[in-house]
Amino acid sequence: MVLDVRGLTMDFGGLRAVDHVDLQVNEGEIVALIGPNGAGKTTFFNCVTGMYVPTAGTVTIARPGTDARQITRMRPHLITAQGLARTFQNIRLFSEMTVLENVMIGRDCRLSAGILGAIVRNRKTVAEEKQVVLDSYAMLEMVGIGRWANETAKNLPYGAQRRLEIARALATEPFLLLLDEPAAGMNPQETRDLVALIRRLRTDHHLSIFLIEHDMSLVMTLSERIYVMDYGKLIAVGDPGEVRRDPSVIKAYLGEDVSA
Amino acid sequence: MSSQATTQPQPRRYLAYARRSLLVSIWFAILTFPIIVIRANTITGTITWRWHNIGWIVGGTFVGSWIWRYFLERKRAGAAATMGPLRQRLAASRAIVAQAVRRPAVARGGIAALLLLVVAFPFVGGMYQTNIMTTALLYVVLGLGLNIIIGLGGMLHIGYIAFYALGAYSYALLNFHFGLNFWLALPVGALVGGLFSLAIGIPVLRLRGDYLAIVTLAFAEITRLVLENWSSLTFGTAGIRNIPRPAIAGIRLTLPQTTTFVYFIMILMVALTIFVVNRLENSRIGRQFVAMKEDFIACQAMGVNIARTKLAALGLGGMWAGLAGVVFAARTTFINPASFTVWESIIVLCTVVLGGMGSIPGVITGALVLILVPEYLRAFAQFRMLLFGAVLVTMMVFRPGGLIQKRRRAYTISAQEKQVAGEIGDPGIQG
Repeated sequence: MVLDVRGLTMDFGGLRAVDHVDLQVNEGEIVALIGPNGAGKTTFFNCVTGMYVPTAGTVTIARPGTDARQITRMRPHLITAQGLARTFQNIRLFSEMTVLENVMIGRDCRLSAGILGAIVRNRKTVAEEKQVVLDSYAMLEMVGIGRWANETAKNLPYGAQRRLEIARALATEPFLLLLDEPAAGMNPQETRDLVALIRRLRTDHHLSIFLIEHDMSLVMTLSERIYVMDYGKLIAVGDPGEVRRDPSVIKAYLGEDVSA
Repeated sequence: MSSQATTQPQPRRYLAYARRSLLVSIWFAILTFPIIVIRANTITGTITWRWHNIGWIVGGTFVGSWIWRYFLERKRAGAAATMGPLRQRLAASRAIVAQAVRRPAVARGGIAALLLLVVAFPFVGGMYQTNIMTTALLYVVLGLGLNIIIGLGGMLHIGYIAFYALGAYSYALLNFHFGLNFWLALPVGALVGGLFSLAIGIPVLRLRGDYLAIVTLAFAEITRLVLENWSSLTFGTAGIRNIPRPAIAGIRLTLPQTTTFVYFIMILMVALTIFVVNRLENSRIGRQFVAMKEDFIACQAMGVNIARTKLAALGLGGMWAGLAGVVFAARTTFINPASFTVWESIIVLCTVVLGGMGSIPGVITGALVLILVPEYLRAFAQFRMLLFGAVLVTMMVFRPGGLIQKRRRAYTISAQEKQVAGEIGDPGIQG
């Protein structure tokens, strides 16, 4: 098990956005979290990645082959260094930086150069910088946007920006990749390419993938297990077939009056 | 000077400008009526009506507004659309220059010429010019230092001058009490500036944008007030006098010689600042600064320690102010808290914003313009600051990104390296 969330609860004032959610991701699995708008999916994501400090509950991660380690209340950059990487629902690139530099920031937590090294430019720093450029370029090639390496990130087409976010997350060397609505705003062809990319990442990089998604066709074809949330609570878990037939899921998505 | 870009026929467009300009001038006439037209003599109890002044106001505003509108329109239409013969020639010559600069011989020649100019300046310009230039160079260092905090790190810091003050006072006081000489005071001043910058950085780590601006502003004022009121240590508003000028042991310099000497110290300091800031910028830490400025949430999600990065920017920025402060104290030989008002902070902030945030040549140009222009405008006496303000407004409207805008660095990846990287990727699915 690479991710184990127990009883996660998040209150905003009097509002309970996430209510005792238990969720597990196994090694090499693609797991999806779905639910209507405002169900608390992104809040859940933010709790896991340390953006929010959860009110209650624990988050435990384990890089395959190592011991489990609690990351609840850890600061986000330390969680990333542990091997959890995420993308954002509303793309959050460093838009004035180049595409390559965006990925280089992703590599940052694996670097060691300091301020003095930057000024003196000793051999070690120079070598590290050179390696960062190459590694980052390789990441860009992997998601298929290498030819835009020196473009300003904001000038990329939308689909490529999504890919760049994935490349940047991969650069942190994660074992678990969290994707927040990776197909949002994509056309069917782009979505198909994305499915292929995610599958390839899993097999080539031994990644486990946990994603939030609204695009049902993507969720159903891609994920092996699906968690469904509504009003902050988990209402169903299962493989795509089970979830699709689950009456409570249908109710949550289509409303009270429609029966299964 | 004609424009074919807009579909509106020219005479009508100019007429539209005229109409709006007329409105502006009438509004302005009403606004300035009480001070321009009426003159009350309180002793004789009479009022003089100076109606002729309104003519000047209306006429002047009308012409000014028309010209303003004309250039604004051209800017909106874009550079390509408004290529008049003059512009075309300008663009062509710019291209030639750009091409020439890329040739190593020309670049070397350019650097040599610049070096010659810099070295010859105090001998050709005389003491007055050298003094002005030294002041401008101090602001270049301050601007480049603040640029680390604002231009790279994206933290709106309005209290920067406090570190300048602390640098100046640390030299003045350490010299007064312990006879510390100028050369030793330089690193001490830098250290004091950097450490105090860190010290106020820690409590404001959570603050961003406007809130940070207010806190740093308050810090600058507190620093000044402490310097003013802690008389037993700082000699209060009376300040500290007879601070020794920079000197080389055993050599007595005359005043003009010292002026030249300080000028060269500043040239070296500017060179050092450019060197260090440039290296910082093109490094891991520089990347962290810019990423933090762009999007601090994504930045920490990517594993960057925001707190450490912020403190690094503040500390590195504060150091330069402390260093410049030492030179300032040594040059003027007298300091008091009145030299370190918030106004000075605003000027430094202006050099960064006006020159181009994050761009080293931009900040240098900004500092030179902001310090030298008011100096050379002294000929206009009381209109000096009015003209200065007009220059600032015009520049910000027509070049909001600064005089010289920052360009991100492009990395070159060799074909061989590309191939290695390409094998990892799958050419089957290209974006």
